[in-house]
Amino acid sequence: MISRRDFLQVGMAASAIVGGSGFGNWARLAAQQSLSQDQLLEFETFGNVSLIHVTDIHAQLKPVYFREPSENIGVGSNKGAVPHVTGARFRSLYGIEDGSPSHYALSSGDFASLAKGYGRVGGLDRVATVIKAIRADRPDAILLDGGDTWHGSYTCYKTAGQDMVNVMNALNPDAMTFHWEFTLGSDRVTEIVENLPFAALGQNIFDVEWDEPTELFPPYKMFERGGTKVAVIGQAFPYMPIANPGWMFPEFAFGIRDKNMQAMVNEVRADGAECVVVLSHNGFDVDKKMATVVDGIDVILSGHTHDALPEPVLSGKTIIVPSGSNGKFVSRVDLDIRNGQLMGYRHKLIPVFADVIERDAEVSALIDEQRAPYLEDMSEVIGKTDSLLYRRGNFNGTWDDLICDALISERDAEIALSPGVRWGPSLIPGQDITREDIFNVTSMTYGKAYRTEMTGEFLKIVLEDVADNIFNPDPYYQQGGDMVRTGGLGYRIDVNKPQGDRVSNMTLLQSGEAIDPARSYVVAGWASVNEGTEGPQIWDVVENHVRNLGIVTARENNSVEVVGA
Amino acid sequence: MELTRRKILAVGSGALVFTSLSGLPAFANLADDAIASLTGGKEIGEGAISLTAPEIAENGNTVPISVDAPGAVSVTLFADGNPVPSVATFKFGPLSASRSASTRIRLASTQNVIAIAQMEDGSFQKASSNVKVTIGGCGG
Repeated sequence: MISRRDFLQVGMAASAIVGGSGFGNWARLAAQQSLSQDQLLEFETFGNVSLIHVTDIHAQLKPVYFREPSENIGVGSNKGAVPHVTGARFRSLYGIEDGSPSHYALSSGDFASLAKGYGRVGGLDRVATVIKAIRADRPDAILLDGGDTWHGSYTCYKTAGQDMVNVMNALNPDAMTFHWEFTLGSDRVTEIVENLPFAALGQNIFDVEWDEPTELFPPYKMFERGGTKVAVIGQAFPYMPIANPGWMFPEFAFGIRDKNMQAMVNEVRADGAECVVVLSHNGFDVDKKMATVVDGIDVILSGHTHDALPEPVLSGKTIIVPSGSNGKFVSRVDLDIRNGQLMGYRHKLIPVFADVIERDAEVSALIDEQRAPYLEDMSEVIGKTDSLLYRRGNFNGTWDDLICDALISERDAEIALSPGVRWGPSLIPGQDITREDIFNVTSMTYGKAYRTEMTGEFLKIVLEDVADNIFNPDPYYQQGGDMVRTGGLGYRIDVNKPQGDRVSNMTLLQSGEAIDPARSYVVAGWASVNEGTEGPQIWDVVENHVRNLGIVTARENNSVEVVGA
Repeated sequence: MELTRRKILAVGSGALVFTSLSGLPAFANLADDAIASLTGGKEIGEGAISLTAPEIAENGNTVPISVDAPGAVSVTLFADGNPVPSVATFKFGPLSASRSASTRIRLASTQNVIAIAQMEDGSFQKASSNVKVTIGGCGG
């Protein structure tokens, strides 16, 4: 009999995304000339069931640029393991040629130059084309949305998620799980979910009062496909009320709840499921650990941490498939399920090159319909950038540097704090900055920019607390974001130390003086999880700043010294 | 109104306490003493009972804890960072259908929650879980 290990190798062979021939010809390699839609979608249909996974779209209806991180530190047993490998090391690990389409899609390095050649990625009308092509091969393919769908853009904010609901419904998903959706507030989430034409899953979504599962979010759904039964169990983001404002959805409790996950796996197996799929918003390292703690999961479709890997990672007996973010990728996983078990799989991470994959006319029109009422306002040009503006990175990105600068100058503060979120597309040098672009990196339902005083001692507590949510060696204590971004404040961090000992050498950059634990500093920030936060909306703060600058030039940022990475 | 320092501190107080206690919680000895007086110093086994607690508390003021202790006659919960570590005791009679219990406890800071069960044969079993109390606020 063929072992699981053999299947993995088969899966790997089939999973490499299409390689280009662009070596030595980087920026001039036009995507249109070297890639075709057929190449991107090429897939030899396998087994009897197909899964399609999209996740963390963050309301990006239209194609965007999205730079993958050049810094993504892993700690504990995940040090040096994917996805904590970036840039040239990532390419060498997967045998990806420099300058190839895979380089551009999956790794950092030479991004602005490659972006000019390969163009934008994503766009839900292109994603629709990919999904329809897979369904042409396998009409009953199961489409699963990993969440962070109804958040992240101008139109999504203005319509409280309705634009995304309308467009996603046109793609006919079979099930979904959740994270930022809850920041629309309990009432709005409930209203949308009650009318969804597909399953809203979350084995870890509980009622706070009764500490019991909710009726609105069932734990799983059973699908009868290809002569077998496949159970899809939902796993929402475990730390919703901690990482996001719990007061907006006080009726719901979350958590990892791996014991309940095990009970659900046992229940669906007893009910005849021959394959168990978890649609997860845990984040990659949490999924990896959960796969070793919970027995009997075949596939985890992984979201939250925005990782994109060209092949699944095996953890215990489970394959983990992370599918990127912002509409940049669609994962297809074909499964051969026979005799009560998963016998093999074939996988492809399909990069959605917007200039290569044709748009689906129907979905394209639907997207434009959502945008039409807001088009004029959000298209207004506020400024221009002559630098690459990106967000991803453990400690800073040029977008967040700009946001911190805006907070300091517009709010007259000594220090700025900006949340370490991972969403938000990139802009390449020479692009206009529109109001929509600013919303893409700031939009949220709790975006008010506060101005307050904090002592040096309290600032240290904040940095230590957030650092432990990222660098705790136990993945179950990681919340999946990046470090809070600081403006006007430099520090040294040893990622391997315990909470309380990681951060040192805190310095007020404007004076070069050490932060005094007893002194109060004027701090401006945004995205506070506290109820009643007041101040202007962060997008207005950033807009004013960009308007004043006219042309944005990213500054070098060496204010965080990282040790132990 | 601006976000006041008072509000931030109220939220951050859990972490404040934790930081000032970095290393071993100061009350850990109290918990050890309380456990020793419960068991009379007898050896405590592990593996027969299970404790379910969140890895990170959503609200430190009301943390759901449940314990499943088949074959136990009583279970006592301790929180080793609280000034009074003994939190609750559940007793099970011969007619108890399931020897399990759930409650909510208040945790001022990151600490261990410990369940000690006295079994029908008089022996003791233990299960523990570290529950983190955090400021939160930056999930991506």
